[in-house]
Amino acid sequence: MDFFKRHFFVALSAVLGLIIIAYVGVQGNLQLLFGVVVPYLAALIFVEGLIYRVIQWARSPVPFRIPTTGGQGRTLPWIKRDLGEKLDNPADTPHLIGRMALEVFAFRSLFRNLRTELVKDPDNPEGARLIHWSYKWLWIGAIAFHYAFLVVILRHLRFFTEPTMGFVLMLDHVDGFFQFFTPAVYLSGVVLVAAVGYLLFRRITNPAVRYISLAADYFPLLLILGIGLTGILMRYFFKTDIVAVKELAIGLATLHPKLPANLSALFYVHLFLVCVLFAYFPFSKLMHAPGVFMSPTRNLTCNNRWVMHVNPWNYPVKFHSYAEYEDKFRDAMIEAGIPVEKEQ
Amino acid sequence: MADYKNEFGFFAERPKVEKKLFDRNKVIAGLVIFLVMITIPLWQNLGKTVAAPVPNLDTPVIQKLAEKDKKCVMPKEWMRANHMQMLVDWRDNVVRTKEQQVTTSRGREFVAPDGKQYLASLTNTCFECHSNKAQFCDQCHNYVAVAPNCFGCHLETGKKLAEAK
Repeated sequence: MDFFKRHFFVALSAVLGLIIIAYVGVQGNLQLLFGVVVPYLAALIFVEGLIYRVIQWARSPVPFRIPTTGGQGRTLPWIKRDLGEKLDNPADTPHLIGRMALEVFAFRSLFRNLRTELVKDPDNPEGARLIHWSYKWLWIGAIAFHYAFLVVILRHLRFFTEPTMGFVLMLDHVDGFFQFFTPAVYLSGVVLVAAVGYLLFRRITNPAVRYISLAADYFPLLLILGIGLTGILMRYFFKTDIVAVKELAIGLATLHPKLPANLSALFYVHLFLVCVLFAYFPFSKLMHAPGVFMSPTRNLTCNNRWVMHVNPWNYPVKFHSYAEYEDKFRDAMIEAGIPVEKEQ
Repeated sequence: MADYKNEFGFFAERPKVEKKLFDRNKVIAGLVIFLVMITIPLWQNLGKTVAAPVPNLDTPVIQKLAEKDKKCVMPKEWMRANHMQMLVDWRDNVVRTKEQQVTTSRGREFVAPDGKQYLASLTNTCFECHSNKAQFCDQCHNYVAVAPNCFGCHLETGKKLAEAK
């Protein structure tokens, strides 16, 4: 089995295995485990693990500024910088905040020219031409996925708050704006599954990306795809008692867990996959969520040219100067006819 | 700090970097914002005990029914999860004359599992017994924050028309 297959099928069988675990567990009357214990445990691991890792990161000194800039830095007054350059290479805090906002809300880094390829070009004497261009589809896939997932998560607040918060109702309304099918199809659900599907497709079909993809890259994609699909199945095709779902959710949220009887196995599969996603979060690449706020290449002003940054790891180096060297080897140097600075 | 020497020359021991939280205030502020956001459901519900909705079955028509007839067209548990799908099927069969085999209904007639035949109609069959929309339908619908648009025509307009007459 080659590298790709091994990593892909490990991830796939992990997700399928999780589905089977939840299904078999519920058939074996382990509702209490999958409905109450696992969600609390997952939430605990998620919060604790995330805080732990952020603290670990914050304890590492960042001695130098790493601008990784895409624009002209601040320099002589007659060298012009437009707004884009000021944002890409911020010299002060407001522009730095602008850069972080672009990064967090618009995924600026993915919009760069990340792609370097030789393309066929008959006009060129070498028959090929080197191009630098961006993966716009990656950017749009990523941004569609993240925003759709955000909307989906916020919409689920209707299960955790009573009375349901106003903005959740509004979101619900906007999301089901095109009232086709009954119940009205949520755009976010469709976009979520389509975008995750595209990101997975890209990872598999692009040879360069496939080459560097590990099971840890496929697993979150497949897991989120599983969550999206079970949710869609439950909403549109195999209904479960939604009042019972809310009773369970609000029981968890008010810390008075209660286990309604009338919940389908599909619901427990969905819930278990979500729990696994939360519990897996602090251990995985998904930590890019807090990580983006802590990336030294993004969250520091590019002021290397006028501010001195001292490395806390700096230590007094024991110098061995040339004068000392000559003192040590003077006799031998004179004997070998090597010129010395000081005769005696 | 003991010096040591290798083949390249003299070096000092790597010093211990002070273990501390760099940018302490910013990091803690970020973590607090994260914690507050993630626990919105907890403090929004703090100290509350939210009772599950109990749909009210106390209507004149239901009270008049004999004890053995006091049951819905389908089992209660099934209806709790699937009533919306049944209504959609009814609509499709009636309005769009989709005469395909549907488990629950065919055309305008609906045969319950016990063999009893009903008219497949929200206004005429369901609301015949469940005339108390606010205490029956809305209880659960509000609880799970769904706003089915059936009622745009099927109840309010019917009432208004009756009042107009």
